[in-house]
Amino acid sequence: MTGPDGTARVRGLPVGDRALLLEVDTGEAAQALHAELLRRAGAGTLPAVREIVPAARTVLLDGVADPRRLAAEVARWEIPPLTGGDGDTVEVPVRYDGPDLADVAELWGVAPQEVARIHSGTEFRVAFCGFAPGFCYLTGLPDHRHVPRRATPRTRVPAGSVALAGPYTGVYPRSSPGGWQLIGTTDAVLWDTARDPAALLSPGTRVRFVPERTAGAARTPHAGKEASA
Amino acid sequence: MTDSAFAVVRAGALTTVQDLGRAGHAHLGVPRSGALDEPALRLANRLVGNPEGAAALETTLTGCAVRLRRAATVAVTGAPCPVTVDGRPAAWGAPVRVPAGALVEAGAATHGVRAYVAFDGGVEAERVLGSRSTDVLSGLGPAPLADGAVLRLGAPYGPAPAVDAAPCPGPPRELVLPVVLGPRQDWFTPRALRTLATGGFRVSAASNRIGLRTEGPALERARDGELPSEGMVLGALQVPPDGRPVLFLADHPTTGGYPVVGVVPESHLPAAAQAVPGTALRFAPRHVR
Repeated sequence: MTGPDGTARVRGLPVGDRALLLEVDTGEAAQALHAELLRRAGAGTLPAVREIVPAARTVLLDGVADPRRLAAEVARWEIPPLTGGDGDTVEVPVRYDGPDLADVAELWGVAPQEVARIHSGTEFRVAFCGFAPGFCYLTGLPDHRHVPRRATPRTRVPAGSVALAGPYTGVYPRSSPGGWQLIGTTDAVLWDTARDPAALLSPGTRVRFVPERTAGAARTPHAGKEASA
Repeated sequence: MTDSAFAVVRAGALTTVQDLGRAGHAHLGVPRSGALDEPALRLANRLVGNPEGAAALETTLTGCAVRLRRAATVAVTGAPCPVTVDGRPAAWGAPVRVPAGALVEAGAATHGVRAYVAFDGGVEAERVLGSRSTDVLSGLGPAPLADGAVLRLGAPYGPAPAVDAAPCPGPPRELVLPVVLGPRQDWFTPRALRTLATGGFRVSAASNRIGLRTEGPALERARDGELPSEGMVLGALQVPPDGRPVLFLADHPTTGGYPVVGVVPESHLPAAAQAVPGTALRFAPRHVR
């Protein structure tokens, strides 16, 4: 939703005395707002904040001296729409071998191998992270490719699972319970605290999933152990 | 004499290494973590001559015991508890000089939940994203202490200050927490907001470092449906579908999809972290200034 002049409307909701939740109407507007906040923080024109936490329709600014004043200021900003080309693209190698691949193909009305072609042909962008360190919510699939969560969550989803839920694609950084539809597996290491940065992906990162050549059932289970992105 | 290790003789219910946590990584899904009773950690460190943010041990209800291989200055703060050195009573809330080889024990809390055991030089665990804190939600930082584990102390920073004892606030018998309403108070009925202001709640035994759970009246929602995930702050009072508010503490998830009816200011969270299960709890909501 946009205002009469075509710019996104930003509502500022104070969160306690030291934080501000900026709310917009769409996920795309939230990503554009987040990009603008990072740009201003980098340029030194944003008041000091401890955390900038994007999410589905919001960006949280935590550790703000005067949330009300900042809310009034943000309401006056013009927020440029997201541009396609900026920033590096991280390539994540994937074997499209997930146990829910057939179910997703059925939901999409395509053959299973088409799921790999469509998914790997999409440019994704990290909208936000959460749930676990290094778990990112990637957008990019069009509305008609959105899928529901599994009716019954799995008690254990293996690390490296590439999964879909709602409008998002995600990669499980470590084994955990989860209800997303599993379409593939990657050997990329999403989170490694011995590495700097620890997170392979962070909000705003562009991502492409690259199908790995697999010779049918003959693929070697230990191929490509290192992070290859 | 130069051996900086110490051995865990009795780990207690849950003893973790804590410093001031790892702020600044919430956008990656990393909780802040850090000592739940931060003033108590800072005090313990001052008493032994450390910078206030050095790492110490945070115990839960039952204390812990460690055997030191080097002589050390030790201070126990937070929840009051009997302190002993080789079985002999020693001061709580004061620096205690302990010889090499001594067994230092913080006993069960007489009231309150979390005691802080600081050593001169601090606990020398590996830093993860700038902090030595154990984060029980995401598993970052050193593992919780286990019987027989061996940890290390850092080099002492300098002479401990000359002090006999420091005054510490005792944990409250009844917990009254101010709540700044919002950002999602409009997800609740007017009656729910009255219930929040007047209801008698209790601290649930299911509370942990992630959140203080409450028992008592449920807060009724004014609207159904799911809130898209949004960023969560320390002190957020989040209301899950059962209507019973959960107060987010240091290891809270960084995003969440249940509405936050209000936020408890950080200065009141140490008292919340010291409230034992069953403690009477009231909320004092106010609208944002």
